[in-house]
Amino acid sequence: MTLYSVIGAGVAGLAVASELVSRGADVQVFDPGGPPGPHGCSWWAGGMLAPWCEYENAEEPVLRLGQHAIDWWAERTPVKRCGTLVVANGRDLPDLRRFARRTEGYENVERDKIAKLEPDLAAYGKGLFFGDEAHLDPRKALQDLYRGLQDQGVEFHEKLAPPQLKNAIDCRGLHAREILHDLRGVKGEMLVVRCPDVSLYRPVRLLHPRMPLYIVPRGDGVYMLGATMIESEDSSRITARSMLELLSAAYALNPAFGEAEVLEIGVDLRPAFPDNLPRIRRLGHTIYANGLYRHGYLLAPALARGVADLALENKHSEMVDEDRA
Amino acid sequence: MRTFYGTELPNPLMLGTAQYPSPAILEQAFRESSAAVATVSLRREGAGGAGQTFWQMITDLDVHILPNTAGCHTVKEAVTTAHMAREVFGTDWIKLELIGHTDSLQPDVFQLVEAARILTDDGFQVFPYTTDDLIVGERLLEAGCEVLMPWGAPIGSGRGLNNEYALRAMRSEFPDTPLVVDAGIGLPSHAAHAMELGYDAVLLNTAVARAGEPATMARAMKLAIEAGQLAHQADPIEARDMAEASTPVIGKAFLT
Repeated sequence: MTLYSVIGAGVAGLAVASELVSRGADVQVFDPGGPPGPHGCSWWAGGMLAPWCEYENAEEPVLRLGQHAIDWWAERTPVKRCGTLVVANGRDLPDLRRFARRTEGYENVERDKIAKLEPDLAAYGKGLFFGDEAHLDPRKALQDLYRGLQDQGVEFHEKLAPPQLKNAIDCRGLHAREILHDLRGVKGEMLVVRCPDVSLYRPVRLLHPRMPLYIVPRGDGVYMLGATMIESEDSSRITARSMLELLSAAYALNPAFGEAEVLEIGVDLRPAFPDNLPRIRRLGHTIYANGLYRHGYLLAPALARGVADLALENKHSEMVDEDRA
Repeated sequence: MRTFYGTELPNPLMLGTAQYPSPAILEQAFRESSAAVATVSLRREGAGGAGQTFWQMITDLDVHILPNTAGCHTVKEAVTTAHMAREVFGTDWIKLELIGHTDSLQPDVFQLVEAARILTDDGFQVFPYTTDDLIVGERLLEAGCEVLMPWGAPIGSGRGLNNEYALRAMRSEFPDTPLVVDAGIGLPSHAAHAMELGYDAVLLNTAVARAGEPATMARAMKLAIEAGQLAHQADPIEARDMAEASTPVIGKAFLT
């Protein structure tokens, strides 16, 4: 039986491995960084499964392919299906109208409904509620995939993959750019805070013309605040400006965030192709799966399916843009 | 024909490069717009090569590059950013933006004049983002600017030309200076309006980048700007209060 070698144990690699195993394939995984951790950019993600919200500023495949992600993940890790609430401050209501116009799958909500959904945001008079969206804890999701694969007998090698490997699937993100020349890094910065004074039950997005913020509850009063999108490939540290903007957006959402403890600062680069959509490429013995951009958890299942279709059945999904086997 | 520091532009549209959904869509928008100039914002964190991939994409558009000092609030910041831009893009052009107010992003004209003087002395060719104030315009020219870029309305507001009277006054006060309406354009009709007033170019970004279909809006802007430019060249009629028949009445056959 063919042994497939997945290179890279971030969200792309683990999702690909999981999909291959679920279809009965033999898989091993290489990652010199070891088990999922802060060395991979998916460690720093928001974990929102929000295809309708993302569609506001993304192309159609994100909406269509992203909708299947929720069920795919739910088979592998706990997924909270309680929707997304989008709000804007008074002066930015045109942005809320635009957001609504650019997408679908929401209901308009007013003060009463907002107060019922999120009592701590009762100050907001208008919002959009995307009831079918979901979210997960990205670190738990990675660990669950990792352990699940181990339980199913997948071997993890904590080292670089040997060269000239047959049936390799390269999911190394930005590390693959020496081969994938049109890949670029888009800087993202995020914070994790603890703020027991605020209770939010679902991801909340605050629209703002300069710095749209999302807050994802992680439980126990812990929140992830994200995320900047900067065309820079320096991931060494957060800037004061970004930190100010993230925190002041959270503070604007609810002033109680002023009392929050900052637990973590995350900075990393999202791998992206020029149209910000993922790609699958087969070059020789290697399939490259990359470019998940800001949609790691949302599009990894579709990417994984596309890879499995190509590797196991020689079927070309829409993400395959080059095949030189 | 007025030129921009000796450069004649094949098309009077200057298009910004921020806020597009993706670099691929940005590129389509440029192609559809036929814009001759791309403005690009340099965040300091892009220094040292970190922003190189994106900047290379802008360079590959093969249009004139007008780096800007967007987001700068002080003379010092703006001057530093301008120097960095010159190094990155190898151009003396700089769109000088000095923000004076966080909500309206209104230019701080006092610092603007000062920074324009410093940069001109350093050999830059400054495109100042200014208000429609005539005296400020004069001071900028004295400082060495050879182009003025008054706002139509606050940045990103999409309100069009807020003060047509002031923009007309500017045009007649500075008949030989290239003038660009910068900021506030939301619709093609706004851009056409600026060109009808005799402006030499229009600079816009948000109206295209944040439109649902940026490439389509880019084309609409191109067509509107061309229409406005042609209309100005054609010497439009004066508005009047009463009808003026387009065919003479006297001598016309009539039936009883």
